Order: sequence, then C-alpha cells, then structure tokens
Amino acid sequence: MANEIQYKAQASDWETRAYWEGCGRHELVLQRCRNCAVIQHRPRGLCVSCFSDDIEHFAASGRGTIHTFTVTNQNGLPAFRNACPYVLAYVALEEGPQLMTNIVGCDVEEVRIGMPVVVEFCDVEGDPGDGAAAVPRFRPA
Amino acid sequence: MSVSGQIAIAGVYEHPTRWAPQKTESQIMAECARGALEDSGLKLSDVDGLFAAGIGMGIMGVVNLAEYLNIKPDYLDGSNIGGSSFVSHVSHAAAAIHAGMCEVALILYGSTAASNAMAIGTGMGGGGRDPAGAFVGPYGMTTVGSYAMVAQSHMNTYGTTSEQLAEIAASTRRHASLNPEAKMRDLIEVEDVMASRVISSPLHLLDCCIISDGGGAIVVTSLERARDLKKPPVVILGCGEAVCHQELGTPDLLTVAAKQSGEKAFRMAGLRRDDVDFCTLYDSFTITVLVTLECLGFCKPGEGGGFVENGRIGLGGALPVNPDGGGLSSNHPGMRGIFLVIEAARQLRDSCGERQVENANIACVHGTGGVLGVAHSGATLLLGRD
Repeated sequence: MANEIQYKAQASDWETRAYWEGCGRHELVLQRCRNCAVIQHRPRGLCVSCFSDDIEHFAASGRGTIHTFTVTNQNGLPAFRNACPYVLAYVALEEGPQLMTNIVGCDVEEVRIGMPVVVEFCDVEGDPGDGAAAVPRFRPA
Repeated sequence: MSVSGQIAIAGVYEHPTRWAPQKTESQIMAECARGALEDSGLKLSDVDGLFAAGIGMGIMGVVNLAEYLNIKPDYLDGSNIGGSSFVSHVSHAAAAIHAGMCEVALILYGSTAASNAMAIGTGMGGGGRDPAGAFVGPYGMTTVGSYAMVAQSHMNTYGTTSEQLAEIAASTRRHASLNPEAKMRDLIEVEDVMASRVISSPLHLLDCCIISDGGGAIVVTSLERARDLKKPPVVILGCGEAVCHQELGTPDLLTVAAKQSGEKAFRMAGLRRDDVDFCTLYDSFTITVLVTLECLGFCKPGEGGGFVENGRIGLGGALPVNPDGGGLSSNHPGMRGIFLVIEAARQLRDSCGERQVENANIACVHGTGGVLGVAHSGATLLLGRD
C-alpha cells in the first residue's frame, strides 16, 4: 500500500474562506446566489451570472459520482512521489459542480467513472483563520 | 473589412537545436530572428512589431527582448496564453498590420526546457499559497494527469481505445523519421506505445510529448509587401481564439477551445473542412490531437478514435497531421505553438523534401495552451498559398 498524499494547508482569502472554514468543520460548503439561485464554484465575491452581491453559503450533501479520474503513477514532487499510485479525479456533486479531488479508501484498480462517492476530510496542520484546516477528498459511498 | 487574404507570413525559421545548454533563451530567439529575417529577405531594421512569449518571460519580457535585439519597435505584444500564444500572435500581428499599427511583425520563441531539466508534465501540485489555485493544488494534479482525465472521459463516453490513441503516436513518429531535425526518429508501432509504462492512466509514456530545447521565429507582413520578398507568401485566410475553463463548476471536459476558435476561423476564411489538405495540431499528448480533430469539425464528437485509424492522419492519408513529427517526436521546448505555424508555412511552400504533403494548398493550424481539463486556450489559423 502506497503512502497517502501529505496535504498542505491551503491559502484562503475573503472569497474562499467560507469554503475552507467549512472544511475545518468537516462540511463541504458551496455558494448560491440569493437573487438568481445559481450555484457557483469556485466561490466568488459576487454572482457573475446576475452580478448580485447577495451570496449565501450552504452545506452540500457531500455525495456525488466520479465524473472522470486518472491513476497517477509519476509525480516528481516529494509530497506526491511516495503516494504514487494515487487517484486524481473530478467528482460531480449532487448539487452540480465538479470538484477536483483524490479518491481514497479503495484499490486504485477499483475506481470507475460513475462510481458513487462521499466526501471525507483530512485534517492538516495550519491556522484555520489563514489556511485550510482540512482538505476534502472522496471515498466510495 | 476582415484581415482574411490581406496579410502573409513572409519568413519562418525553426532552430535546429534540440539540446542547447550552452545557449541562453534570448540567444536562441536572436538566432531564430536572424534565420526568419534571412528567409524573408528583410532586415532587423525593417521590424517594427515585436511579439514574444515564454515560460520565464515576466512582465517586462518583451521589453527586455527588444533591448537584447537592440530594436525599438512601434508595436509590442507579450501576451501569453500558453503554448498556443504564437498561433495567436500571428492573428494579433495580422490585425495590427491590417490596422496600420506596424508593417513588419517578428514573432519569437526560444527555450532551454530540456537542458534546464524542467519537469513540465509530471512535477506539479501541492499549492498552498494561491487562494484561487487551492481547489486544484492539494490533489497532485500533473499536466499529464489532467489530460489523462480527459482521455478517460472520452473512452468512457465514446468507447475510444488506447490503441486508437497509440495510432496518433505511431503516425507522428513515422513523420519524424522523415525529418532529419526531429529528436526521436526510430519508428514505433501501436504495440510499442501500449507496452510503454503508464504515466497517468490511460496515458502511456509514448502518448506524451518529448521535452527538448529549441526555438523559432515568424515574420508577418502585408500580402502586398510579401509578394516582393524572397519566398512565396503564405496567406492568412482565417483566425480565431477561444478559452475553456471551469465555468461555474460544470465544464464539459470533451469540448475544447478548438470548437469555438475553429468555427470562427473557418467562417472568416469561407472554407469548408474538406478544403483543408493537412493540419498542424498541438500534440502535447495523443488525446489532444484526437479531441482537437473532433472539435475543429473534421469528424463528429466521439468519432476521433475511428478517424485516426488506417493511416488517415499519416502522409499519403486523407488528412495528414503534423508532418514534421510534432511535439510527440520532433521537438517540444516547453511551448510549441510557433512550430505549428512554421511547419504549415514550409509545407505550403513545398519545401519539406521527403515529408512533403502532396498538393498542400490549405493548412489548418491549431494551438492549445494551458491544460485540457482545467483551463486552456485555443488559437486556430487557416493558411494558404497566394
């Protein structure tokens, strides 16, 4: 069994803080416009569909399906080299947006497009006010 | 009035080097400038528009390049949209010349990607410091990995096979074997691609472009002026640019920028797909060629796998692609768009010897910049003879 990816704390800013603070609470937080109801990811400071400032955040279900994936056998960076082979994927959330992520909790050979998955959170070192306290990834549901 | 048919490529030069640890990138660009100007019959003092992009060129890159060349052009363009930049520079130059902003545009690229040991395809991820990149950064996405996810999706949606992708690599290598300057000239077959190690599934080592040093240059001017110069003009018939990105989180990974830029270029040129005699397409990976052919409209979405079989994209086939051996086999110094234009021009001048496409009258050039599956640009040119 390969080593797991060693996640780093990710920088956040005013626009993305709600997402990463949600990760710290182990909630997958998405953004929706109160004016036109469009869900947008990545989060932005305003709705670019109707230009309203009236944005709300909500906890997504954390469930989705694998939209596509690749088993990565080669990455020269130390944080990832020892984790090869690992699965990089896009997961299509029930709410619509596709997130880039890793799939864990199963053999890399078992991963298939369309597979139902559920989010889990990997806690990382870092100041939650400044960087992500946890990184979301997915495992088979 | 459209620029179509008004502007021409008057000079091109591809640096023969594939390994140049003893040269600087500026030096490679200057040597390419010398070559392309000599090809056109123009002098450096004729150049009044300078266009360049590079991986290491910062905010002042094109200004520093002007200083290196000791020229003071009237028009500067350092726009960088990835490896497609130089294809877009040709259309920007055409627009600038057509608008009277400059008369002789010089487009340059030079890189020592290989001798600097840049891990372009397989050394990414981690992130941490860029909030906007934090949605990709943690997960160990490599360039190959993102293209591989596009390939996986294509296979799942349409039944495309690894063997079909391998056909593209084998065909491109056959072309490279006819190009004395190509880095990789030993023939490979589909089985060799399939037997090479998987870098990021489903892409094998031989589905990936090589990494080399190199550089190139293009001289663009009005068709009227080009007619008085040394070589037959290569006429710009159509051009287009486009971007694809994450949208609001729901991108269609299989519809690439070539669809939008290609439609614009064909409309401008008033040409049909079957008017095209050959293509030069950015081949960072085999999947790039396949989805580009589909999105440019040479076949329908999902039919790319069958389209590339049976020698159709080889010399002597219905639509030869990358007769120079492309980035998969000839050269790939970090950004490759400039060579797509250079090879198209050389073919349209009937100057390619053993790898010459028969009856090469109309070329379709398409550059992809950035990373399919995450965010990328596309730039299309349709080129013809005078």
